[in-house]
Amino acid sequence: MIDNFPYIAVIIFIGLGIYTLMFKKNLIKIAIGIVLIENGANLFLITLGYRKGAVAPIYTHAPFEQSMVLPTPQALTLTSIVIGIATTALILSVAMMIYKHYGTLDVDKVRRLRG
Amino acid sequence: MLGLLETGSGFWSAIIWVIAVLVIGGIVYYIRNKGEKSYKKNTEQDKPFISGNPELSKEGSHISASHIFWGFTEALKDYYTPLVKTHTGNINDYASWIVILMVIILIIVGVNG
Amino acid sequence: MNLLTHTPALIIAIPLLAAFLIPFIGRINKKTTGIFTTFALGISLILTILLTVKILSVGPQVFVFGAKSPALTLPSGLKFPIRIMFQIDAMSIFMGLITAVISFVGAIYSLTFMEQHSGLDKYYSLLLLLTVGIFGMEFTGDIFNFFVFLEIASIAAVALISFRGVNLGEPAEAGFKYMVVSSIAALIVLFVAGIFYGQYDLLNFAALASVIKYSQLDKIALGLLVPVLAMKAGAVPMHMWTPDAYSEAPAPITIILVAASQASLYALFRVTFSLYNITLNTLAVGWIIIIFGLLSMFIGVTMAIIQRDIKRLIAYNAISQTGYMFLGVGVGLAVLANPVALSKYGITAMEGGIFHIINHAMYEGLLFLTAGALFFRTGTRDLDKMGGLAHSMKYTTIFFIIGAAAISGLPPFNGFASKLLIYESVYRFNPLLSIIAMLVSILTLASFVKVFHSAFLGPKLPKFKEVREVPRSMVWAMVVLSCITIFFGLFPDLIVKNLVHPAVMALIEQFKYTGTVLGGI
Repeated sequence: MIDNFPYIAVIIFIGLGIYTLMFKKNLIKIAIGIVLIENGANLFLITLGYRKGAVAPIYTHAPFEQSMVLPTPQALTLTSIVIGIATTALILSVAMMIYKHYGTLDVDKVRRLRG
Repeated sequence: MLGLLETGSGFWSAIIWVIAVLVIGGIVYYIRNKGEKSYKKNTEQDKPFISGNPELSKEGSHISASHIFWGFTEALKDYYTPLVKTHTGNINDYASWIVILMVIILIIVGVNG
Repeated sequence: MNLLTHTPALIIAIPLLAAFLIPFIGRINKKTTGIFTTFALGISLILTILLTVKILSVGPQVFVFGAKSPALTLPSGLKFPIRIMFQIDAMSIFMGLITAVISFVGAIYSLTFMEQHSGLDKYYSLLLLLTVGIFGMEFTGDIFNFFVFLEIASIAAVALISFRGVNLGEPAEAGFKYMVVSSIAALIVLFVAGIFYGQYDLLNFAALASVIKYSQLDKIALGLLVPVLAMKAGAVPMHMWTPDAYSEAPAPITIILVAASQASLYALFRVTFSLYNITLNTLAVGWIIIIFGLLSMFIGVTMAIIQRDIKRLIAYNAISQTGYMFLGVGVGLAVLANPVALSKYGITAMEGGIFHIINHAMYEGLLFLTAGALFFRTGTRDLDKMGGLAHSMKYTTIFFIIGAAAISGLPPFNGFASKLLIYESVYRFNPLLSIIAMLVSILTLASFVKVFHSAFLGPKLPKFKEVREVPRSMVWAMVVLSCITIFFGLFPDLIVKNLVHPAVMALIEQFKYTGTVLGGI
């Protein structure tokens, strides 16, 4: 049961992220919600590569006859973290532009495009 | 050359349609030209007939976009009012719709296979 | 080095290189950034046409990145592919052709439309990055690469939608909504890539298609992937970001956003047809896609009739036309396991749906460009304030008539040809669906008659006294799209037989998709 704890953490992250997107009214909190979902997805990818009792997948000075964790999910997660930085920077700067023109960050008031 | 598109139960050819429109249009134009050609310009025969009502200026009688199809939208008010109210423009509602749809489709695919 | 074998990589590499060179060119001379962009996208268009000819005559192409030769899919001693690869078959190159034409036309239109704005080097650089993202989504052969290109396209699109947000508030709000929707979609795709990797240790579409077993986790993956890709394509009830984003973006960017939505639609078809094929319950999933189509068609067009903003009206009509594509291909998916019905009307329904994709890109692009022309000259998008513009903008009026007749399905334009295919084949599946489709077509005509009356007809208003025709590059961009619309309408059988039918067969026959990568075709 304790082995499945990372997967439970993934579900909690993604669930909290979706809850923030659905119910929180501040634009910055919505941006944080997206970051939470992204962290959950990255944690999911890293956990998939884990093998019990294995070492980091580096060949230099590797212990003899020791299994390694899978390296591919680590590459996928690095790519995803970099994309996440770009997404977060862009969404926060767009939120800044909205604050400059609307004067508020409340979702119920930033609603000029409707209907 | 004829551009025939085969649907399962017939065919459609745009070239034959264009030729048919030109032929029939030519016949209509010929019959129209056989009509009465003489009329007096700049008298009552030239103006539109509006049953004796005063003629508004052209700028005054242009219906703007919100008032076109007024009868249609007024008759379907019971359908339109909840629909427009659903399009709130609120980002929380956009996320709620996708979560609801994901749950429904997961249940359908999970049960039905 | 034979250049033609490297075409798939060049189609993406040349706009990418141009996107990174444009800030340097912009420091020297501001005006040449636009011409450089048009040049790079023109080379991409020529390469795409060459690749189309090669694929339709030889067969599907694979381009492996980092191997000794581009076609070496299986490395020595291994039975599954491990490198990133582009796998281009008839359906992918069909979508690639649409993207190449639309982005080239958008770049030509931007030459004069965006002339008065500042920061143009960033605009053209982002336009090239958006095009690279859409090309990558359509050509890629594995699911993580699809996630990367989806994020590239989303980030570039958000920056372009909020381009006018420096002075106004609404484009920033539209950009924020688009970013939230795109992020949800992309992160769910990443999650599903994780599910597939954890189960099978593979990320490649073709390799997954050969070993997929439709276990409980695969059902979860399908159930997560279908609504999220449909949301990016603009299906009701997740469509509410579409009118906001399409109306606030500059007009040439809107037509490239339409191509981006269609790339997500392509990904949905690729996942259901080539990845799962008949391991899933085709009747259930087919009916889900048909219900998406029906809702999109009807709610899209009824919301379009009451709009006051011209680009929001055209955007709601875009949602409605996407419903036609869902309907046609959904009927094809629903009868995929039934070979008799598939050959009688399933293939024709899919041909109608997929032919509608390219028709829609052409006439919707034309309509958005005419709306952009009206905004360029009058400064407003509100239909209540416009009137009598046909006296001074004659070319725009003619292009608008062509676009409106094509979208409503009037002969002899291309909308009628694809809608006829959809009507006649869907009728044999279930008559009610076809009747609703025809009713929606009539309402589409009604909404465009509204636009034509309020914007173009009527007496010449005094406040529009100095309005002249739009500059020449905008007219040439609209001429290209009109000519394609008229040509596809007069000779639809050429397009259906040579482009659409190979694409439909490439989707249906899964063994060809896996055989190209794993050998033994």
